[in-house]
Amino acid sequence: MRWYRWLAVVPAIGMLGGVPFANRVRPYVLGLPFLLFWVTAWVVLTSAIMWLIYALDRAGERNAAGDRR
Amino acid sequence: MNPALFLIGACFLVALALGIRARRGHAMTLEQWTVGGRGFGTVLVFVLMAGEIYTTFTFLGGSGWAYGKGAPAFYILCYGTLAYGMSYFLLPVVWRYANAHALVSQADFFVRKYESEALGIVVSLVGVAAMIPYLVLQLKGLGIIVSEASAGAISAAQAVWAGSVVLVIYVVASGVRGSAWTAVLKDIMILAVALALGTYLPAQLHGGFGAMFAQIDRLHPGFLTLPRTGMSPAWFISTVALTALGFYMWPHTFGSCYTARDENVFRRNAVVMPLYQLVLLFVFFTGFAALLEVPGLTGTSVDLSLLRVTDHAFGPWMLGVVGAAGLLTALVPGSMLLMSACTILSKNVYAKLARRDVPEAQVTWLARALVPVVALVAVLLTLRGGSTLVWLLLAAYNVVTQLFPALILSLPNRPIATRQGAMAGIVAGEATVVALTLTGATMGSLFPSWPPVITDLNVGIIAMLVNVVVLFVVSGLTGRPHRYLQTAP
Repeated sequence: MRWYRWLAVVPAIGMLGGVPFANRVRPYVLGLPFLLFWVTAWVVLTSAIMWLIYALDRAGERNAAGDRR
Repeated sequence: MNPALFLIGACFLVALALGIRARRGHAMTLEQWTVGGRGFGTVLVFVLMAGEIYTTFTFLGGSGWAYGKGAPAFYILCYGTLAYGMSYFLLPVVWRYANAHALVSQADFFVRKYESEALGIVVSLVGVAAMIPYLVLQLKGLGIIVSEASAGAISAAQAVWAGSVVLVIYVVASGVRGSAWTAVLKDIMILAVALALGTYLPAQLHGGFGAMFAQIDRLHPGFLTLPRTGMSPAWFISTVALTALGFYMWPHTFGSCYTARDENVFRRNAVVMPLYQLVLLFVFFTGFAALLEVPGLTGTSVDLSLLRVTDHAFGPWMLGVVGAAGLLTALVPGSMLLMSACTILSKNVYAKLARRDVPEAQVTWLARALVPVVALVAVLLTLRGGSTLVWLLLAAYNVVTQLFPALILSLPNRPIATRQGAMAGIVAGEATVVALTLTGATMGSLFPSWPPVITDLNVGIIAMLVNVVVLFVVSGLTGRPHRYLQTAP
């Protein structure tokens, strides 16, 4: 298992683990009550993290293909 | 005929035409009918999978829960996101195996992995049992849309009958290619409608999101956060976790991953799909705006809030556009559900129980013949009704999530569970779900003296624990798993 793939568990821990602490209305961020902002931010971060994993996977695969040649 | 009904009817005809057109040039074998010949690229798999996820549940149920419950509705935004992260690792493994063995259904996967036809039948029945409430949910949504659009001239019951006739015609006429192309149309419409309603209503009626939320917080203190007990953070976390595990266990979702051309499709989708979830944010905004504009809906009628506020703010033409989008959100997933359920009953239950070689033509014929039968069962259950859309979905999820442990443990080259263990775990888990549902038990009623952190947990956790414990105990008793694998080819 490539180490960076463990990044995929970060969204679950951040989004859900943070809920008890983020469960509040204030401060409003971008007009959203804080709890809604919190989960929304994690949706965006999930996409970013999955993109990073995908990019690293692709780079690794290209290197492996290069080595074989 | 009023403008709303006219638009909705026109939209149905377009969907039907797309379905019939998509079918041309492809002979309708079972594989073609269900997995589109495995030739779909990123875009089509994306819309097909998104098509199943953005159902009337998200559209009417999501706004309905924002309207009726407030912050607990946010769970809908979370579980899909986490499931997509999981899909990056799960789906390529599943797809590779399914492709190598030319599998068509989810049950095929279990049959092949555990070398057990009986397990395939159990998995099939579980899948169908879970799909029925999900189908009921789509029909309820169709009923709500048509009867609201007709301003009550068509009763909800009549609308459910009409909607299911429409659904049956659609499924029999087109199959999965129809769903894929209608899904494209549906996604464009749902995006446009959700963004338009979700930005316009708060901005025009309340002076922006911030002002709208401030007003809700003033009128309904505590509505924008999770309550201390009941739907507390413990409920939220356990519900999101369980639902995320169940996300890809749906036979039709599992099956639509077979339609992909290569495994990179899933990895790219795992990056894009979470962002697509953000549409839900605008669905919530609409529900919250409705709370201020058209207050007073309670019980199951909270599901009407999105349509009511549309009618209130824009009148019948816009209601027609929104209704048409809503029709598609019921039609696309509804057709996938109906088609999967019938294919499963025919191919994975009937043909296996027959204990002889059933010709494929007969299996295909039976699958189609079952379409109106399954639809009828769903209609009858819908008319008995009495639950909001979200509760129906949560109940269905509890059933289907029980497949998760056996699936995940089958993924390594040497399955970690034995076939007996997998079977016993699923059966014990489902028995627990049925017992809990029939008695209406909650963690609070089972453990009354425990602290809220425990009593607020989603009761599905109990079924999952029973499932996992039975699975491991029986697997342990029935011998070393890799010994049985050596006998497998």
